[in-house]
Amino acid sequence: MTVIEERQAPASSPPPRRPNRAWALLRNSWRQLTSMRTALVLLFLLAIAAIPGSVFPQRSVNAERVTQYYQAHPDLAPWLERLGGFSVYASPWFASIYLLLFTSLIGCVVPRLLDHVRALRQAPPDAPKRLDRLPQSAPQWSRSGAPAEVARSVAEGLRRRRFRTKLRQRDDGSWTVSAEKGYLKETGNLLFHTALLAVLIGVGFGHWYGWHANRILIGGNEMGFCNTLTQYDDSTLGPRVHPADLPVFCLRLSDFDASFQETGQPKSFSATVQVSQDNSPYETRKFTVNDPLRLDEANVYLLGHGYAPVLKYTDRFGVSQTKIVPFLPMDAMQTSEGVAQFPDVNIDPKTDKRDPTLQVGFEGMYLPTAPTDGTARSIFPAENNPMLYLSAYRGDLGLDVGTPGSVYSLNQGQIASGDLKKVSDARPYALKLGGTWTLDDGSKLEFVGTRPFATLSIRHDPTQALALAGAVAGLLGLMLSLAGHRRRVWFTVQENADLAGSPGSSGGTLVTAGGLPRTDYPGFSDEFKALVKAAEEGTP
Amino acid sequence: MAELSNQLMAAAVLLYLAAMICYAGEYAFGKRSRVGRAAVRPAKQLVGAGAPVDPVPDDVEPPVTAKRDRGELVGKIAVGLNVVAVLLHLGGLVTRGVAADRMPWGNMYEYILATTFIASAVWIGIVLARPAVRHLGLFAALALVVMLGAASMIAYTPVGPLVPALHSYWFIIHVSTIIIGSGIFLIGAVPAAMFLIRNGYDEGKRRFPYTLGKHVPNAVSLERLTFRLHAFAFPLFTFGALIAGPIWAEASWGRYWGWDPKEVWAFISWIVYAGYLHARATPSVKRTVATWIALLGFLTMLMNLFGVNLFFEGLHSYANAG
Ligand code: HEM
Repeated sequence: MTVIEERQAPASSPPPRRPNRAWALLRNSWRQLTSMRTALVLLFLLAIAAIPGSVFPQRSVNAERVTQYYQAHPDLAPWLERLGGFSVYASPWFASIYLLLFTSLIGCVVPRLLDHVRALRQAPPDAPKRLDRLPQSAPQWSRSGAPAEVARSVAEGLRRRRFRTKLRQRDDGSWTVSAEKGYLKETGNLLFHTALLAVLIGVGFGHWYGWHANRILIGGNEMGFCNTLTQYDDSTLGPRVHPADLPVFCLRLSDFDASFQETGQPKSFSATVQVSQDNSPYETRKFTVNDPLRLDEANVYLLGHGYAPVLKYTDRFGVSQTKIVPFLPMDAMQTSEGVAQFPDVNIDPKTDKRDPTLQVGFEGMYLPTAPTDGTARSIFPAENNPMLYLSAYRGDLGLDVGTPGSVYSLNQGQIASGDLKKVSDARPYALKLGGTWTLDDGSKLEFVGTRPFATLSIRHDPTQALALAGAVAGLLGLMLSLAGHRRRVWFTVQENADLAGSPGSSGGTLVTAGGLPRTDYPGFSDEFKALVKAAEEGTP
Repeated sequence: MAELSNQLMAAAVLLYLAAMICYAGEYAFGKRSRVGRAAVRPAKQLVGAGAPVDPVPDDVEPPVTAKRDRGELVGKIAVGLNVVAVLLHLGGLVTRGVAADRMPWGNMYEYILATTFIASAVWIGIVLARPAVRHLGLFAALALVVMLGAASMIAYTPVGPLVPALHSYWFIIHVSTIIIGSGIFLIGAVPAAMFLIRNGYDEGKRRFPYTLGKHVPNAVSLERLTFRLHAFAFPLFTFGALIAGPIWAEASWGRYWGWDPKEVWAFISWIVYAGYLHARATPSVKRTVATWIALLGFLTMLMNLFGVNLFFEGLHSYANAG
């Protein structure tokens, strides 16, 4: 941990000229920005800045709830909007924090990377003068054998323990063995921080070059669609994606399987589809909730499902039309809401003129399993007792005005203005499967059946693999960094001057040792003792 | 099976309480025990921020006195009760899994059960390896009892099947690693808090809660234990929340990261714990400051568990309480 502080200040003498003020300021700011304290402060700012995104509804997560928020807090909402409260993670202030953080990170990592490369290529430094001043040291001991030989065997032992080792001979003929271990800690640390950059790049590019869209796909070949923007209920293209870049594929839902517990809790969903990619023939594929349909340059995710009643309307002139309209589920039991609009009906065959006041719309609920007591709430999500509760409206549906309205409710403005009138009772009409409802003007609505529909999300993110690789590399680096311990040990080996002259001696050797852990490492004293012991006994 | 699970859990909580009382007994008797001695240990070691420090010889036996003996005995009983409690806890978890026919971490209640089990098991591991930390037992057991109490009061959920979104092997990988990480963070918060208290006590503060610091292990070893636990839990949490989670989210929801409230708070916790590791690695930041950051990290974990589950609406379906 002391690694940074240990880095030597550049030894260059102060510049002769008076330093440029602006330059000095710039340099100081840079130094400030790349300090660990600044990194800490920025980390905290980032954490705090992330909080509002969990408190206020986010447009990217759920646009509907933003609208609801606008309705609930009409005064506050525009202010929040201005501050970016509904899109915190895309707001300039959020971006400025993480960009500063990553600038700081680069400023921090690059010099350390250079230092580390240098350190990796250099031999461990020579022993300090007094080993007994080091955090770990061993009293001098003597060993048989010539100094050179002993030094070599000590070095060999250290090398075998995977220390990076350097043998040096001093001018006075004594030897020093320098050894260092734990370079992987710094390697891991650098890998971790660099990987964070890779993740950022992966996320950023995914945002620019990715796209996504949502669509409800109703069962049946004629209800299929091909991948063009007009086919989607809503879509978001990254800033660098052109509609023409979208991959070519077509999808049809041929089957949807849902199974449920007795309680109505869903057990499993799966969609069977026909896919054609790049205009090739259709093939059958199946996908489920946790297992998306992976196409070239797009994945299709199953987000939900529901029912689309098939409604046949026969107008007062006896002409019929059939519509398949998805009703959106509102609860876990699939009580669903929707409308069926018939703008092109009641056209008098004699005049062939369309009367805009004779358009017809139905609004209401679909219950896959209606209770017997007539309550308008489904009691089971599968279709055990399908029932439609509908109200009929006649008049101008307001579809021609060009204002895009919801396709799941009638135009409320038209109803308010009286252009669209309710022509059924106050209580919605209950229509059983296969049943027919005759309206006041003799026209009829038949509940022919239902089709399943699947709510799909179609997405492409070209760089999510990079983000994942970055995250995995980061984790690896993190573990190396947290598990590693950087430490140095030195041995000095010199001739035992007392023995050197005595007769019959082959020349004994005196050894001392010292150790320096460069990071907090409680186990170091044990390791040091073991190293000294091995050196004492001459066994590696 | 579900009934058995509830009974086992009730028994486990009772035993945790009993263990807590015994820990408290030793804590009270323990004035002259090794813990007390640790209090008079020279403060020299505190300067060793980052610098080499010999491990504190916790286990040197002090001269035997009758009082100490009694304290020691009560402490050993506490550990024994604690071990049995962990086994019952494990039993409660396993029977719950058997009853539901799946991994026992499908909702908030089970999630807390599993997290506290990890915390408790890790605690037992530490205590068996280093008996000297036993004097933290009172606080460790307290934390467990509080969490388990909260689980049964606000999060109890009858055994039930999983929603389809959870039918995935990522359910096992993602949730289990987060549970292990969180469990260790949970137990790591105990020495963190006690380090701050002990440090305050050593600095001469004699108000509550610093008075609690009198009988706990010395500040240096508490701080080091705190770091070790956090350094171990952090990569696990990183893997579970920031790798496995996004991989599963990609397969299930179509995007690997979408700032769902749970994701937001996991991100915040991660950032704060990263801040702790940074702060601890920065010599100019005091160890007390770093430790406060670790505790802040734990608060964000609690926020994610209780706050987000109960107040925010998100995609994480197992976040539903009761
Ligand atoms: C994106 C934001 C960042 C995150 C999430 C982050 C996270 C971490 C984590 C978790 C550690 C501890 C594990 C380890 O030792 O490798 C760490 C260590 C470290 N970080 Fe960062 N970091 C970030 C940015 C920075 C920046 C901007 C700097 C430079 C100012 C920096 C410098 C360091 C250093 C020097 C260490 C090593 C401490 C040691 O020697 O033990 N980090 N970082």
